[in-house]
Amino acid sequence: MFYREAGQYKSSYEADAAVFPLRQDRIAIAAILLAAFVLLPLVASDFVLSSVMIPILIFSLAAIALNILTGYTGLISLGTAGFMGVGGYACYKLTSIFPGINIVVHIALSGFFAAGIGVLFGLPSLRIKGFYLAVATLAAQFFLSWCFIRVAWLYNYNVSGAIEVPTRTLFGVTITGPTASPQARYLVVLCFVVVMTWLASNLVHGRIGRMWMAVRDMDIAAELIGIKLYQTKLLAFAVSSFYCGVAGALMVFLWLGASEADSFNINQSFLILFMVIIGGLGSLVGSFFGAAFIWGLPIVMRVAPEYFGITINSATVEHLQFMVVGVLIIFFLIVEPHGLARLWQIGKQKLRVWPFPY
Amino acid sequence: MDLLYNIFIDPFVQMVQLPDLFVQTLWEGLVSGVLYALIALGFVLIFKASGVFNFAQGIMVVFAALTLIGIYTLLRGWGVRPGDLAAFLALGLTIGVMFVLAFGVERLMLRPLVNQPDIILFMATFGLTYFLIGFGELVFGGDPKIMITEDLYLPKGSIDFKILGGLVSLQKIDIAAAVIASVMVATLAVFFQKTRIGRALRAVADSHKAALSVGISLEQIWVIVWFAAGIVALATGIMWGARSNVSFALQIIALKALPVLILGGFTSIPGAIVGGVIIGVGEKIGEFYWGPLLGSGIESWLAYVIALVFLLFRPQGLFGERIIERI
Repeated sequence: MFYREAGQYKSSYEADAAVFPLRQDRIAIAAILLAAFVLLPLVASDFVLSSVMIPILIFSLAAIALNILTGYTGLISLGTAGFMGVGGYACYKLTSIFPGINIVVHIALSGFFAAGIGVLFGLPSLRIKGFYLAVATLAAQFFLSWCFIRVAWLYNYNVSGAIEVPTRTLFGVTITGPTASPQARYLVVLCFVVVMTWLASNLVHGRIGRMWMAVRDMDIAAELIGIKLYQTKLLAFAVSSFYCGVAGALMVFLWLGASEADSFNINQSFLILFMVIIGGLGSLVGSFFGAAFIWGLPIVMRVAPEYFGITINSATVEHLQFMVVGVLIIFFLIVEPHGLARLWQIGKQKLRVWPFPY
Repeated sequence: MDLLYNIFIDPFVQMVQLPDLFVQTLWEGLVSGVLYALIALGFVLIFKASGVFNFAQGIMVVFAALTLIGIYTLLRGWGVRPGDLAAFLALGLTIGVMFVLAFGVERLMLRPLVNQPDIILFMATFGLTYFLIGFGELVFGGDPKIMITEDLYLPKGSIDFKILGGLVSLQKIDIAAAVIASVMVATLAVFFQKTRIGRALRAVADSHKAALSVGISLEQIWVIVWFAAGIVALATGIMWGARSNVSFALQIIALKALPVLILGGFTSIPGAIVGGVIIGVGEKIGEFYWGPLLGSGIESWLAYVIALVFLLFRPQGLFGERIIERI
């Protein structure tokens, strides 16, 4: 009833090609952003901010990264966590070598290091396709994990082999290190995620995004209409790894506060792949849904039995959690292989024509 | 110069100077290669017949081994003596469980997902992996278990050979593993080439639609291949379990089978064997002779790099079918 475009006329191509053509959508986005920037830091508890919102935002960014590569360009990658690790360690090295420069600059810069490594490991992608490429990216994952353990220079020759995040400030407010407040960290992460999502949206809706999607749908046909395959694929690897790198740097500096090689292991890569698939391949909003779902589900499963006054011992809960996640993944794939994003679209369409069936 | 010497000359000098050590390393590589090949075999069976890249093969290995031990313990608890062939009864029951698993997977997972893109099916096997991890830990507990090696009459101990002026010792269980693997591959080959079901399997592998149109039941074929993969998983589980304990950590060996797969080609059974041996031997020799140069632990990624190098020259793997692309 309220959600329809009646009376909204478009008088220019720009207005017609807008990402949010409906006024209601624009209002909703503004309301969500307002709530995220103002309301949540004011009302949410420290636990919600630092254990729910910050991880979800960071994983969303990582899921966007993988979505650019897998969802938009059709290159399956299992090396996401490795590239995130490159970002994290690069940021750590940068801030220990140049402590004078602001940490936010370092986080953004560390993406470029990840992008470089990503391009390097993306080189085989022209010759290798499909699952063969997925396994080839595992080479990146395992090699990088190994580097994080064996190359002591990366963690400044710490005895523990882990990196401890130093305290850094932004505009006089502490944002990293043990003394940083969850609110400050949350807002910094949110700013990064919003800006980078906006950039990604512009990329995938523009010429570059069209090129990626053409390659995804059929690479030979794309080549025939004049898209340079090698450049397009490598660009996808570079952009995706850049996003991974920033997500990794955010993860180490603004969420975990300390990190070791194990934070970037293969399971993390799989987790992000789940988020992308459950959220919806080739959808930015799906990345957020997927991250929220996969990260939120175990938390809900931990909290829900207590809420209903049932006590189950924690080991059983963990096993049940694995089972339920497994079953839910299969269930979602059967019910909606295009992910939560498609459900969202269907819901919006239904709302638009309500109360009529179509 | 020193580095070049260490990389290109020194390892070979060592190999020639201590041939017995070289043979020992070669043998160990061969054995782990055979075990990788067994897991890869499970992958290939399912991929050939249903086009599903079955990530759950690793956890199926663990699950099969745990079921075997669990049923055996249960039978012993009911007073069945080891002399009564309790182990073999347990083996039979485990095979039954693997059949139920195959049937369930086909009915609940594959059938509703038919005609979906490969990546969706791939993700579904991830779901299966998670489910089996949770289910296995819930039923059998998370602590490592010891494989019932003696009760299955698997040999123990080692045989020592005095050759090349040194001592090479071979574990009997490794020899048994190699023999069992060869027998299994031979059986599968005969099964694929000579039997009616085998012919149907090959038909499905060639083209789902054509197979359907001549009256081959896809559902039945899928149950059969998943069951066959389950039996391969059980054999793999027994062999790995006999070498070390059975625990959920074992499932990561599935990741080790992936480079074997891409090396051999996803659709080739001989490819799985040859790939397994190349990876196993390459990994052990690389770790032993070149590992110290880079700091140890290169085993974790060397296999992937070996596979990657092969792939750059043959993108479909050594034995894979030639990829023909059309518009």
